Amino acid sequence: MEMTPKTLTFIARSTPYGSGRAKALLDMVLSAAVFDQNINLLFMDDGVWQLARDQQPGMIDAKDLSAALGALPLYEVNNVYVEARALHERGLTLDTLAVTAIPCDDAHITALIAQSDQVFAL
Amino acid sequence: MKLTILVHSAPYSSQAAYSAYRFTESALAAGHEIQRVFFYYDGVHASNGLSTPPQDEFDLVKAWQALIEKHELDAISCVSSALKRGIMDAREAHRYEKAAANLAEGFVLSGLGQLVDASLSCDRVVSFGA
Repeated sequence: MEMTPKTLTFIARSTPYGSGRAKALLDMVLSAAVFDQNINLLFMDDGVWQLARDQQPGMIDAKDLSAALGALPLYEVNNVYVEARALHERGLTLDTLAVTAIPCDDAHITALIAQSDQVFAL
Repeated sequence: MKLTILVHSAPYSSQAAYSAYRFTESALAAGHEIQRVFFYYDGVHASNGLSTPPQDEFDLVKAWQALIEKHELDAISCVSSALKRGIMDAREAHRYEKAAANLAEGFVLSGLGQLVDASLSCDRVVSFGA
């Protein structure tokens, strides 16, 4: 039976290597992507560090999460958003990110969440 | 209402792991349907059958087991989260040539697809973990 696609929004709020949360959220996104739903991925708070370019996690024996982010278009996850204020607060800019992301203010984030059927945050 | 419960923090490290249990118990008592309880990330520690708190402390693993049995809940521990943390059933223990299996009875190991599947067919996903 064909069902109307749902909108699932995933909010990444953790630093990339400070805990396993960033990878855990990304795994959720990739799992959801194969279900042919509308997927939003939003980076907020310390989660914006996941987008930083030129990560060298090999030095701490970790896998490069930003490389996995590059694979998102292959999974047809194209709605990638970033909290503009969180970027600014951390001295990051849109043109220094590893992937293309749409900057969002609070009102935009509120609307994204309101339009979602389910929201997951890690 | 049909609910999916997502637990991603560990018993004894985080209050959220206990709150997830109490919420599930209360939701059932209020007549709601629990579509699935999915233990993810550190939440999988709730399915460790070797968890042994002191006798005068609340045993969250046993409490979940009793709730799962009473209401025939579909309780899934994420297999990749669980294996990393040394929680496995007999099949995985055999596959990875480990000395023992310790998945608590009542829990089932499965993949993230089970979380996505449940979240597409329930009214709400309620997440616990900080």
